[in-house]
Amino acid sequence: MYSFEPSDEQKMLIDAISRYATNDLRKAAHDAEENKELPPKLISKGWELGVLQASIPEAYGGFGERSAVTGALAAEELAFGDLAGALAVGLPGLFALPILVSGSEEQKQQYLPQVIAADWKAYTAALIEASFDFDPNELKTTAKAEGSDYILTGEKTFVPFADKAEAMIVYASLEKGTKAFIVPKGTAGLKVGAEREKLMGLNAIPFFKVTLEGVKIPKANLLPGDFAPVLDSSRVAVAAMAIGVAKAAFEYSRDYAKDRDVFGVKVAQKQAIAFMLAEMATEIEAIRLLVWEAAWAIDNKKEDASQKAYLAVTGAVDMAMMVTDRAVQILGGHGYIREHPVELWMRNGRGFATFTGLAMV
Amino acid sequence: MIDFEIPEKIAGTRLVVETVAVNMMRPVSRYFDEHEHEIPWDYINFMHTATRAMGGTSMAASEGKKEGPHFGFQRLAVMVEVLSWGDAGIYLDTPGGMLGSAAVSAAGTPEQKERFLKRFRGEKPVFDAMCMTEPQCGSDTSAIRATAVLDKEKKEWVLNGEKIFVTSGHKAMLDSEGFIVVWATIDPKAGRAGMRSFVVEAKTPGCQVTKMEHKLGIRASDTVSIVLQDCRVPYENILGSPEVVTADKATTGFKGAMATFDATRPIVAAQAIGLARATLELLKEMLTERGVPIRYGLPRQKLTSIEKDVIEMEIQLRSAWWLVLKAVWMMDNGKPNSLESSMAKVRAGDVVNRITQKAVEIMGPLGYNREYLLEKWFRDAKISDIYEGTGQINRLVVARQILGYRSSELR
Repeated sequence: MYSFEPSDEQKMLIDAISRYATNDLRKAAHDAEENKELPPKLISKGWELGVLQASIPEAYGGFGERSAVTGALAAEELAFGDLAGALAVGLPGLFALPILVSGSEEQKQQYLPQVIAADWKAYTAALIEASFDFDPNELKTTAKAEGSDYILTGEKTFVPFADKAEAMIVYASLEKGTKAFIVPKGTAGLKVGAEREKLMGLNAIPFFKVTLEGVKIPKANLLPGDFAPVLDSSRVAVAAMAIGVAKAAFEYSRDYAKDRDVFGVKVAQKQAIAFMLAEMATEIEAIRLLVWEAAWAIDNKKEDASQKAYLAVTGAVDMAMMVTDRAVQILGGHGYIREHPVELWMRNGRGFATFTGLAMV
Repeated sequence: MIDFEIPEKIAGTRLVVETVAVNMMRPVSRYFDEHEHEIPWDYINFMHTATRAMGGTSMAASEGKKEGPHFGFQRLAVMVEVLSWGDAGIYLDTPGGMLGSAAVSAAGTPEQKERFLKRFRGEKPVFDAMCMTEPQCGSDTSAIRATAVLDKEKKEWVLNGEKIFVTSGHKAMLDSEGFIVVWATIDPKAGRAGMRSFVVEAKTPGCQVTKMEHKLGIRASDTVSIVLQDCRVPYENILGSPEVVTADKATTGFKGAMATFDATRPIVAAQAIGLARATLELLKEMLTERGVPIRYGLPRQKLTSIEKDVIEMEIQLRSAWWLVLKAVWMMDNGKPNSLESSMAKVRAGDVVNRITQKAVEIMGPLGYNREYLLEKWFRDAKISDIYEGTGQINRLVVARQILGYRSSELR
């Protein structure tokens, strides 16, 4: 039966996240970007909201059940506060959720409790590779079986917090398809770049190149399940965050347009601007429903969940670019100045085309 | 709890309607496009018989005060989407209560509802129509010049004016014992506050169908002009209060019309979606037949230009459909939905035009050829961005809502 309303439980969670996003993340966002660092206390506070913990069943130390819909709602709300903060808070999920979704029973028991029992610790994942036509289903990083081990070889980029990570999931081609491998820190041949990567946005997060030079890991570290549900989950997460950023940009530019005088009226009273805002709001709402549908398809194990997740993220990428670009445009010259957050959101906005792999629900 | 599963009750109806669309609409689509002003009686009679058999007066099942969740508007949206997938023009010839009845339902008394709506339960198919647009005003309905003057002695309203672009006006007034709902002012000085709607039944003296338009598309549907010349209707044919109340800008008459739009805009949007879906399905089928299947899941850099276009169409179509369903779901659940219904209309109007235009472009000479329906659908699509509020008017409605502006603040 159709319904477009979150459950009471979900609303409560969203309320809590919303307070954190508005009072903490948003307020810290500008300085974090400029200083290239998120305050550790800020991340801990977000971690204590327990979004990831609530996705992990009790048997593995959590207190809930994974729901992509709930995850998408949470991701949107966090990213509404600040995208870098949202990614940092959700970072351990990059390691835990693939294990939950595609890992073996032993892997779940071995790794999940340690990730979620403790304070926030860096657990990460390495998916993206530096080629213009990067395709998560055709990775250049390879895994080869050798006796009782796999040997991983290749180069990854955009690996968040790789320098501090306790362990990471490394995605590599095994025979024809993509598979996920657990690689603990300090494994021989695992080389984290000496310097942080310098990106257009997300400067508050330390990203690194990671080189795998014949990294040898036991066969037990291969996640036996398929890669598809992991990719679907990441696509939905990234799409949901795109909505959060777009919503932030929309609201900020709407409020600015209502406040700013021009030719004796408010900027928002000009149809040229009012129509831009109307289209932004419509686009956000339309794509949000598409993302919810994809998340719902994942939760209900629909056959076409992968296609829906793909459509959702593809739509969200365009929506986010359109909305964030317009937000800067509506502020005019002021939008171009870093004192206003819209230029940061515009940089975020372009990034969503590349961010699959940096978030999970 | 967020849920995208079609309710079982609606799924059954959808299946039935799909059979009608496939068997009774598609085979005659081209014929009625090329024989403008001919009436698809086979479809009309079938729909009338089927609706009667189900005990309804129109597709919009009235559920009354029944306990439990309401599905009426969701079901209607799904049915309209499928029928419009069959043929957007023929769909408009569906007998039974449409826009005129929507106005009666929204603003009429129980007696009026009984008196005007019972005709749809009769032996023969009956139509209704809405008369709002005039030669000098379209979207700006507050500029309506048609007048209604009360003849106190005879207790009759005397209507004068000219209405144009009346969908199904010919069928309502000349091909059946139907009625039209005419918007007129009872006090020209009162502006919107003076606006009221009146039911004018078929064969009322002084009411004449004067012109049938020739259109770009939806040719199976008649669009007429209607002239009212000292047209007298009983006092009881006014919908809503005859008092003009202007205090606090309470424009009850006008608001009645606008409230009707909250219900009808998502339905018109559903119609756009059905046509867009038909187009996208045929496009994919034609491409696949010619060895160009669409691959999903690849990065854009690896897609062909055609694949990128088709995937984008699919995103637009699905997301617009959910906007429509959300708007009718809100309607069924008694949630105010002015914003959502206008959003749905904006998006669906955009989407159906982009999709049909792109489909003709992609198929090249095949798209432009009348051998295929793509060119017809391109022509049929355009109306979705025009009637029931143009895309621009609906943008204005959305903009006012999100900005919290009154119409005087955002013109």
